[in-house]
Amino acid sequence: MEKLFPIIRVIDQGGNVVSDEHKELVTEERVKSFYSEMARIRMFDRKAISLQRQGRIGTYAPFEGQEASQVGSALALEGDDWMFPTYRDHGAAMVFGHSLRNIFLFWNGRNEGCIPPDGKKIFPPAIPIATQIPHAAGAAFAEKQKGTKNAAICYFGDGATSEGDFHEGLNFASVFKSPVVFFNQNNQYAISVPVSRQMNSATIAQKAIAYDMPGVRIDGNDVFAVYLETSRALERARNGEGPSLIEAMTWRYGAHTTADDPAKYRNQDESAMKRAETDPLLRLERWLKNEGLFDEAWVKEIEEKAAMEIDAAVREMESYPPADPAVIFDYVFAKSTWTIEKQKREYLKLIGSDGR
Amino acid sequence: MKMALQTKTLTLVQAITDGLDIMLEDREDVILLGEDIGTNGGVFRVTEGLQKKYGEHRVIDTPLSEAGFVGAAIGMAANGFRPVVEIQFLGFIYPAYEQIMTHASRLRMRTMGHFTVPMVIRAPYGAGVRAPEIHCDSTESIFTHMPGIKVVCPSNAYDAKGLMIAAIEDPDPVLFLEPMRSYRSSREEVPEGKYTVEIGKGNKLTHGDDVTVIAWGAMIPVAMKAAEEMKQKGVECDVLDLRTLYPIDKDLIIQSVQKTGRTVIVHEAHETGGTGSDLISLINDEAFLYQKAPAERVTGFDAPVPYFGFEEYYLPTPKRVAAAIEKVMKF
Ligand SMILES: Cc1ncc(C[n+]2csc(CCOP(=O)(O)OP(=O)(O)O)c2C)c(N)n1
Repeated sequence: MEKLFPIIRVIDQGGNVVSDEHKELVTEERVKSFYSEMARIRMFDRKAISLQRQGRIGTYAPFEGQEASQVGSALALEGDDWMFPTYRDHGAAMVFGHSLRNIFLFWNGRNEGCIPPDGKKIFPPAIPIATQIPHAAGAAFAEKQKGTKNAAICYFGDGATSEGDFHEGLNFASVFKSPVVFFNQNNQYAISVPVSRQMNSATIAQKAIAYDMPGVRIDGNDVFAVYLETSRALERARNGEGPSLIEAMTWRYGAHTTADDPAKYRNQDESAMKRAETDPLLRLERWLKNEGLFDEAWVKEIEEKAAMEIDAAVREMESYPPADPAVIFDYVFAKSTWTIEKQKREYLKLIGSDGR
Repeated sequence: MKMALQTKTLTLVQAITDGLDIMLEDREDVILLGEDIGTNGGVFRVTEGLQKKYGEHRVIDTPLSEAGFVGAAIGMAANGFRPVVEIQFLGFIYPAYEQIMTHASRLRMRTMGHFTVPMVIRAPYGAGVRAPEIHCDSTESIFTHMPGIKVVCPSNAYDAKGLMIAAIEDPDPVLFLEPMRSYRSSREEVPEGKYTVEIGKGNKLTHGDDVTVIAWGAMIPVAMKAAEEMKQKGVECDVLDLRTLYPIDKDLIIQSVQKTGRTVIVHEAHETGGTGSDLISLINDEAFLYQKAPAERVTGFDAPVPYFGFEEYYLPTPKRVAAAIEKVMKF
């Protein structure tokens, strides 16, 4: 099966474009734009971990190591497309235009964090595994029914492929030719369970065969391979050719969440080694160096810009108005029920002005 | 109830581990299944060390597939095993709902006892630990409503171990709810070795003639705090720890309510359709004429458990419970 689904790569870890056919894709402009997005989301991720350690946000799911998968795929989208992220895909959401303040709010236990900026079709992160997959199939089907050219992208991990919702979502999309890209980040672990124990199949891409849709396996740390294959799948979707499945091979360097200790189930030296071998930023840095285009000052500049943006978002999150208990009651239905109204009335009266 | 002599100091988590350990040792047919329960020892470390001790064939990391492993456990239970499955958080049980509702709970009835499902489904539940959304659900009533499955919910280490052993020995499916918030909040002396806490029996924690306060799981510390506060004001409560939500310990409740004539029920679950409604109808049936005031409920609201930024507003507090106690006293 690995032979049927070879890993597609555009740039290798040495920073070399592996085939002449991609020479035109890899321009200085693209490399710099991909690099700066990856650097930006990595800085966000590190900041979030540090905020969690200081008790300034809640449990956090880091994505360091998966930047190429998230940036390359999100940049392939058009502004009117749909995005269905999981709790680990806020890197992609940020690239697609989500508000950094709101992403911080989400991790700080606020429903307000689920609201995307105006006009952005970004679903709240899916916490129950694989549940977003049928949603993406349906939202994309709705776009098709409406006669638009919009598509959807749906993110999920390797573990998610074990849930029924994965299979039901792919089948639905396949039957109705929904314009959706099922974008799997195979980081090779579902918390502590390695992919070799998650499934008996050698690849995730091969699962596409069952639903008669194209399946490809790509180097998920190669932002160009991700961008290229996601763009192709989106184009097929827009042309009415239906869904595709992409398996992006990657690795999370850190813990599953800040509540997890990866040393319990894997040798973290392996993660350090993976970083040395596959770091998606390093790969572009090497390309720039090979081409004589690398410029320390430019890197510093983009990092400073990102740091300013992130710090501003932290300030906005921390100065956000405190949680209003009315939110619990006011958004359950369009028109509230008498039970909810009664509970709200009695509760707000009881807590009074001291707010407890 | 058989009491061993030696005791050890355990948290609620450790008491569950101890119960599982004893049963794995005791019975060849006991087998543990779930996500991340092996090498990782479970995300709350409930199964810590058990895979090492009993092997990968008895403590099994399953694929990420609740419908899959709960359904498979039903097949194993019908074929000679006593599976104990872990749902990582109660909020992730829903993919398995179909398997529990349409099979685990009714295989005995469908086959008139030919096939049975002696399995335990463990699930940490409840809010109050600043966990991400869906990790905080307290939807026990979905399962008490389900004919054919028992539902237990210990509030302390002693009961947790005794109920776990009883649940594994029970011939029918048992949902075992673990109050996450109380996992490590205290330690207590727990007998070593095997003992059981009978399923279907509650426990009286404090004695008082004025008000019956009924709670379970993570709401016990809340109810106790309110009862202590009210004691300062001269109001004495019977605080009842229900321990089993189905079947309910009718005698314990009725005896207490016939004495006090006033009831306050505390649960974290949503009010409508909650176990509080069942308790009130029980009181209506068996102690109607003894009542001095309508029973009060202090519960979660008819809203999804909110994100943790709001959870302090959602969860019943000692203040809310004390206000309800005052209300039934003043009626
Ligand atoms: C239905 C469901 N079951 C269990 C969980 C608990 N859980 C959270 S993340 C996770 C592992 C997910 O692994 P994978 O799909 O590979 O994605 P990754 O976290 O590696 O990005 C589990 C078991 C959950 N969130 N939802």
